Amino acid sequence: MNVPTMADMMAQGKQPEVLFWVGAAGSYDDRAKKISRAFVKILHQANVDFAVLGTEESSTGDAAKRAGNEFLFQMQAMMNIEVLNGYEVKKIVTCDPHSFNTLKNEYPSLGGKYEVYHHTQFIQNLIKEGRLTINDTTLKGKRVTFHDPCYLGRANEVYESPRDLIKRLGVNLTEMKRNKSTALCCGAGGAQMFKDAEKGDKEINILRTEDALETSPQIIATGCPYCNTMMTDGIKFKEKEAEVVVKDIAELIAEANNL
Amino acid sequence: MQYVPNLIFALALIAGIGFFVMNIRKISRNINLGKDVNRTDKKPERLKNMMKIALGQSKMVRRPLSGFLHIIVYVGFVIINIEVLEIIIDGLLGTHRIFLDFLGLGIYGFLIGTFEILAALVFAAVIIFWLRRNVSNIKRFLSKEMKGWPKNDGNIILYFEMVLMTLFLVMNATDPAFQEAGSGNIISQFIAPLFDGFSPEAVHTIERTSWWIHILGILVFLNYLYYSKHLHILLAFPNTYFANLNPKGQFTNLESVTNEVKLMMDPDADPYASPEEGAEETVPEKFGASDVADLSWVQLLNAYTCTECGRCTSACPANLTGKELSPRKIMMDTRDRLEEVGRNIDANKGVFVDDGKQLLNDYITPEELWACTSCNACVEECPVNIDPLSIIMDMRRYLVMEESAAPQELNMMMTNIENNGAPWQYNQQDRLNWANEE
Repeated sequence: MNVPTMADMMAQGKQPEVLFWVGAAGSYDDRAKKISRAFVKILHQANVDFAVLGTEESSTGDAAKRAGNEFLFQMQAMMNIEVLNGYEVKKIVTCDPHSFNTLKNEYPSLGGKYEVYHHTQFIQNLIKEGRLTINDTTLKGKRVTFHDPCYLGRANEVYESPRDLIKRLGVNLTEMKRNKSTALCCGAGGAQMFKDAEKGDKEINILRTEDALETSPQIIATGCPYCNTMMTDGIKFKEKEAEVVVKDIAELIAEANNL
Repeated sequence: MQYVPNLIFALALIAGIGFFVMNIRKISRNINLGKDVNRTDKKPERLKNMMKIALGQSKMVRRPLSGFLHIIVYVGFVIINIEVLEIIIDGLLGTHRIFLDFLGLGIYGFLIGTFEILAALVFAAVIIFWLRRNVSNIKRFLSKEMKGWPKNDGNIILYFEMVLMTLFLVMNATDPAFQEAGSGNIISQFIAPLFDGFSPEAVHTIERTSWWIHILGILVFLNYLYYSKHLHILLAFPNTYFANLNPKGQFTNLESVTNEVKLMMDPDADPYASPEEGAEETVPEKFGASDVADLSWVQLLNAYTCTECGRCTSACPANLTGKELSPRKIMMDTRDRLEEVGRNIDANKGVFVDDGKQLLNDYITPEELWACTSCNACVEECPVNIDPLSIIMDMRRYLVMEESAAPQELNMMMTNIENNGAPWQYNQQDRLNWANEE
């Protein structure tokens, strides 16, 4: 798969339209890597001139910051900002709401000012600009519910872009009882992804999976690699793998367009 | 002798308001123990938020039943206070229903009639509130942190309101001239017959007694606020005005850290450099918060504003799954500790003397702090824009940066980020491998 790096581009004297910030999950996690590839396929189909940082990309520092390590966060941020500014990056797209939030909101005051998009916003713009169409027949009639990632939804009030894309797939979107601003967290945020939960009577991802299962979905759509892991684990716990799949919106679009 | 009641009234009024002002000053001093943070920007947006959220109750009605009942009590409280103005003037001048002369029977009757309807509605709403708190099985009123004083506090407020509304209606019902005039006695006309067999003197005594207890009750209630969660009726306004306006996902970047990191990353910086000649040696700033004075004044204002409704806790994913964390408890603990610090200052002639306690551990445990997913559900839910998450984050910062007391797994995650730029132990050189797999 052709994924140009900023270094390649620079060597050729080119400046891409947008930088795809892959993020740690999208780079290393087996499940999330599929989301990265699906998104790249969409970028190719829409003829988007993009590049990644590749081995020059490093953790945004989001997880360190939420864990309370402001030092490590700012070290990471300043390193990344040096690289990004060195390449004169203006526009960034990412499939990870945590990177999205950090790059968009927390980098500017440290010297990193970019136009930052979540991939659902970016794809929505491609459609608006007529550069991409979504085939609404492949997945037609499937029952889909959408889980709002906290760092996309409440944190940045992006509720409509993912829903708009889902509706364009021709599927039946059913909302969970807790949705948009009242959506329940999957349990991964605030660095919880990297530790066991404190003592309680239930795992958060199980509670959220129950919310989703109440809508009798065939597909649980989401827009975050960490939510994806948590919901996938929840479905396994509930032994519903045969009936329900957890998919990123980018994967659904790639599937609909036979990419 | 004829001026004795006026004098007693004036004294009660001065004492009531004076004591209240003294306590408000204490609150203001305590809030100012917090660190400075600039919330004077974007005034129009702040004003709009205050009008919409505090005055307009826009976030209350997200839960329709309690929101609707709350609006009745709120509107009743605000509007019936016009009547209190008349009571104060009457009390000071020794007049009776002085507004009647100014406004004429029609308008006066309309006003009092409105107050009477509101009083009846408030009474009904308060009864439902009491039932919700004491009879219905509503989880957020039964949490651990609501045992004892917080539960009694909630009920005392409701009893105050029941008694004040009853006295207002009885006072009108036992005013024969007002009943005969027949304008505005919409509710009290049904209470008046209860006193039919009473002598005119007895009725008059009941009227006077109700009048006095009503106004004295209001003064007592005013002063009760300081000791109660009910302060929100005043503080909701500044609290919504000074609330955070940035996206909820944007956490503050600690400036003290930025300076250190810049120095660390500056290739020209000499790590062994001694301070410049004449430069004052400064104590390095504490990172994060372990006690109330490390928090900002907005966070402390948040703590005084919290009315312990528990909407935050009922939306918290950690709390919903049985973890120790309750965002409401974070706010209650912050206020309790702040008041303890305040009493310490009062007892020690204006200076805080170390009491060997702090907000961390003595009130809020690390277990609570580490259970947070930073999902912002609590911040989103709060009807008056309190931000428990910011306190949790500041305390995590203290645990990690001052005490190196993060859970072991998080230390591993952070070590990985430091060594290979990812929370997991992968080689940085493999970062683009995903593109060629499948």
